[in-house]
Amino acid sequence: MEVELKEMMNDLDSLMQSLTDPSHRAPIDKLKLRVERLANFGNFGPSRRTKVKDMSAEVVDSNPYSRLMALQRMGIVQNYERIREFSVAIVGIGGVGSVAAEMLTRCGIGRLLLYDYDKVELANMNRLFFRPEQVGMTKTDAAVQTLSDINPDVVLESFTLNITTVQGFETFMSSLKNKSFHPNKQGSGVDLVLSCVDNYEARMAVNQACNELNQTWMESGVSEDAVSGHIQLLIPGETACFACAPPLVVASGVDERTLKREGVCAASLPTTMGVVAGLLVQNTLKYLLEFGQVSPYLGYNSLKDYFPTMEMKPNPQCSNSACQQRQKEYLLVKPARDAATKAKMEAEASSSMEGPLHLDNEWNISVVDDTEPDRIDVKSSDALPEGLTHELPSADEFQTVCTPEAPVSAIDDIEELRRQLDALNST
Amino acid sequence: MEGWDPSTKSTLTQIPLLSTKAGPRDGAPWTQRLKEEYKSLIAYTQMNKSNDNDWFRISAANPEGTRWTGKCWYVHNLLKYEFDLQFDIPVTYPATAPELELPELDGKTQKMYRGGKICLTVHFKPLWAKNCPRFGIAHALCLGLAPWLAAEIPILVDSGMIKHKDDAASSTES
Repeated sequence: MEVELKEMMNDLDSLMQSLTDPSHRAPIDKLKLRVERLANFGNFGPSRRTKVKDMSAEVVDSNPYSRLMALQRMGIVQNYERIREFSVAIVGIGGVGSVAAEMLTRCGIGRLLLYDYDKVELANMNRLFFRPEQVGMTKTDAAVQTLSDINPDVVLESFTLNITTVQGFETFMSSLKNKSFHPNKQGSGVDLVLSCVDNYEARMAVNQACNELNQTWMESGVSEDAVSGHIQLLIPGETACFACAPPLVVASGVDERTLKREGVCAASLPTTMGVVAGLLVQNTLKYLLEFGQVSPYLGYNSLKDYFPTMEMKPNPQCSNSACQQRQKEYLLVKPARDAATKAKMEAEASSSMEGPLHLDNEWNISVVDDTEPDRIDVKSSDALPEGLTHELPSADEFQTVCTPEAPVSAIDDIEELRRQLDALNST
Repeated sequence: MEGWDPSTKSTLTQIPLLSTKAGPRDGAPWTQRLKEEYKSLIAYTQMNKSNDNDWFRISAANPEGTRWTGKCWYVHNLLKYEFDLQFDIPVTYPATAPELELPELDGKTQKMYRGGKICLTVHFKPLWAKNCPRFGIAHALCLGLAPWLAAEIPILVDSGMIKHKDDAASSTES
């Protein structure tokens, strides 16, 4: 557009020079003025702010972080600026993931890694974030376009791949291990992985990667009927992993058959997805910036506005071997952890021992410590809080006598087997 | 298994079960699993042929056996409708089932996810989860794809979403 206007200006200039009759100059001058105005008008379009070096707490209209830094002044967060050191990986840039990415971008997160293999479609427009003019772009490209405009300070890395395939998974793993952003960081290259995918297979892939890397992650989900959702914190070895028990779903509280319409595989609402993204990023901020209580599991049933919470112990018989390994490691450091908790409790007790709050306690009222919430054994679903159910059944006990009676084929060479199938296929 | 027709049930019991719990990243155990996959696919294909119910072709598209391609078909009103079939073995296999894809039908039915992945959530995923690691590719075809085709193809044909190849050819010629 700019180039076009410049060319038009040049054309007008040459036209002016080629004219011999000066009476024609006035309308051409008028045209030139209008072109200039149009050129200036174009300058009001999207202009990117420059990167800022430090987060300022100064309250001026031009400071993008003033309201966030105010969290410090209010005593909610100790050191908000630490957010710039953190890397968060978001897997699945759909209705939940894209909104979570925008929230973290606006919060000034240090680095975001985005993973998705899908393209933006018009059918996504009932959700937030993506715009109709982005239809046809990959979700990762479209997200980078919008997010880098909103906040150029955030380092964005995008990966257009499917993490459930062998190749995609390897790239996913190595990108999580990459420490170029903070070479001295302990563990993997990211502080948290957010799973915002819409299927069981991808969740299991994230679970596998995080168990292997000993990486804390948060899982999120919205039900296919769009009226309930959940977020869950998963710390390998410490809490139940995603394979420890069949996935939990928030029961909708009404007859399922009235909700599941024949022939529709999934419904979605911007509201439920926005709520779940909000819950997920709130938990993320609390976890990263260490304020408030980080929820181990939070469900959302929108039909009854019911929010069940709970904690889940890992399953010692978990089918995921990496999970079992992490559980062993977690048990090994138990004495040290107990000592640390005790020391912390004592420190807190001594600081609060500055004299009793009330001198007389006529009714013998005492405060009962309830900091140790009941942790649920994930294997038995009877112990689940009201309103939660398992989405899939557990695997039946493995029958050890599993050799098929009919001699299927005594051949044990893979090439021979392949040939045999090919032979069957060609007849 | 309640709610399944008796013939599917009896077919199912004849497909050899698998025993090795290994995925494509597991090295030698995966090769063992792959052998079991082949054996059960061979047995299932043979059974279909001898019962005059041959309805698919599938073979590994790479030496690692992580990608499979082939064809499947369904007969409706005496006409045969054939489709490309493909799927990847997920990294978390066999904890998660392969996502069977019929790319030609992408966008033609609501009972499908992006890329032509057929919707297996209700009728198949719980069965797979319950029978891990004994079910393999052959079981996924028998209990996942076959009922999907039986439910969807008649609707797609009757609604005109898909046409028989002879009809399609004659309509383009005229």
